[in-house]
Amino acid sequence: MSVRGRAAIVGVGELKPTRYTEGETTLTMLAKAGLLAIEDSGIPFEEIDGLLTQPLPEAPMLAPSTMIEFLGIRANYAEVVDLGGATGAGMVWRAAAAIAAGLCATCLCLTGARREQRPEGRGRMGWGGMRDASPYAEFEVPYGAIGANFGYAQIAMRYMHEYGAKPEQLAKIAVDQRYNACANPDAIFYGQPITIEDVLSSPLIVDPLHMLEIVMPAAGAAAVVVTSAERAKGLANSPAYVLGAGERCTHKAITYAPSLTDSAIKAAADTAFEMAGIGREDIGLASIYDCYTITVLLTLEDAGFCGKGEGGRFVEELDLRYHGDFPVNTHGGQLSFGQAGLAGGMSHVTEAARQVQRRAGERQVKGLEFAYVNGNGGIMSEQASLILGRNP
Amino acid sequence: MTGERAEPPRFLPQPSPVSQPFWEAARRHELVLQRCSGCEAHVFYPRYNCPHCGSRDLEWVKALGRGTVYSYTVARRPTHPAFADRVPYVIAIVELEEGPRMTTNIVDCDPDSVHIDMPVAVTFEDISDEISLVMFRPAAG
Repeated sequence: MSVRGRAAIVGVGELKPTRYTEGETTLTMLAKAGLLAIEDSGIPFEEIDGLLTQPLPEAPMLAPSTMIEFLGIRANYAEVVDLGGATGAGMVWRAAAAIAAGLCATCLCLTGARREQRPEGRGRMGWGGMRDASPYAEFEVPYGAIGANFGYAQIAMRYMHEYGAKPEQLAKIAVDQRYNACANPDAIFYGQPITIEDVLSSPLIVDPLHMLEIVMPAAGAAAVVVTSAERAKGLANSPAYVLGAGERCTHKAITYAPSLTDSAIKAAADTAFEMAGIGREDIGLASIYDCYTITVLLTLEDAGFCGKGEGGRFVEELDLRYHGDFPVNTHGGQLSFGQAGLAGGMSHVTEAARQVQRRAGERQVKGLEFAYVNGNGGIMSEQASLILGRNP
Repeated sequence: MTGERAEPPRFLPQPSPVSQPFWEAARRHELVLQRCSGCEAHVFYPRYNCPHCGSRDLEWVKALGRGTVYSYTVARRPTHPAFADRVPYVIAIVELEEGPRMTTNIVDCDPDSVHIDMPVAVTFEDISDEISLVMFRPAAG
């Protein structure tokens, strides 16, 4: 089944990322973003009949019904989506597929994270870790393979060994994205431009990744409303149609990835572009997961915007800023916007939707028709690609 | 925990019925792998079925204990507070001669001397009465 043109994003809601929250619950943060998205869509609250939520720390089981009850929604379709950073993009095509299959007409998609300030040295396991009793806990964690830094560092090491990208080229990704963030008052690093020298002189955390190449955890939430192509007509915002989608997952721990330098993004992107029936040259915005600079480089290659091993030169020669010749992550990316848990991945969806709807303000990409979105979960584990466009 | 200083907790693997033979061998300072009778691939970590062909017919075999560094990083800051006293330490993916890759630490060397494709040999660190972790050090010669 193809979802091409069957559904559209018509509303987005987002909380400005902050470093910490105090006494907030994930439920309340998701509700705040969710209501903003519903109001933004102009569709009455009572019409929401589908709900996709991320896993909820407060409710290890039955997350969808927890959110449905908390919000007061009556849903004909309810799921939890657990794809790490690919959750947001994965939600959008699942919503579109459910709508195309007639399961629901209008689906609310919710992501977000609270973040309590904790005493030094506590609560820093990141995803997985102590509560994980899977093989990951048995064969990765005992070696200090905890969190994500160590994994992306090994990807960058291997990439540099095979293809030889320069540190300055990777750093430029962070610099151009920071420029974009300086046109986004909601970005956590708004008003703080950086240079390549700043990136390369920031502390080395895990070889070869510098601090300014590593995403900063934050608190926040992001939500979108997806509705049918029919219902999307005549609303306040022009629709951002879901034209293509693709997904691929091959491993959990990076150890068992088929390759460190050829990712599952290729399969996800190929499926999405084939469904949309457009080419890479039609894309006016790449809104792609950027937990680290190396992630952006690999995504540009594996999604087919440049050849394998050409990513370094590609980002060096092209202008990734919102007014440049190849705009990437116009909201600043998570590196500069902030990574509010799974809302970080959703921020690539909300920004692409705003841009396709041509309401991104100062950072609007002129004449934009098509945007490519990629969500990346775990350590290059789950990949979900979307193509959004102005016409069905 | 008693003693002169509080030891940071190490994360102890909890063997499962499937992985028990691996950890028993490690305790004897032997590296063993599963080998698929169907497609002859070696398998790590221990599974119920062969991840290459789906066969349930896996047997335990002794590994050569040799491999090369596929990739690595040097943790300049701890990846978790429990590892604070070990920085800088090397987290690596070693590709065994039999084919499978495993995450491990490269020990008994200067972290800055580690490089991709470096030949390594297995070594073991006893971290409890029951558990020895499989680690690697630079191969002699």
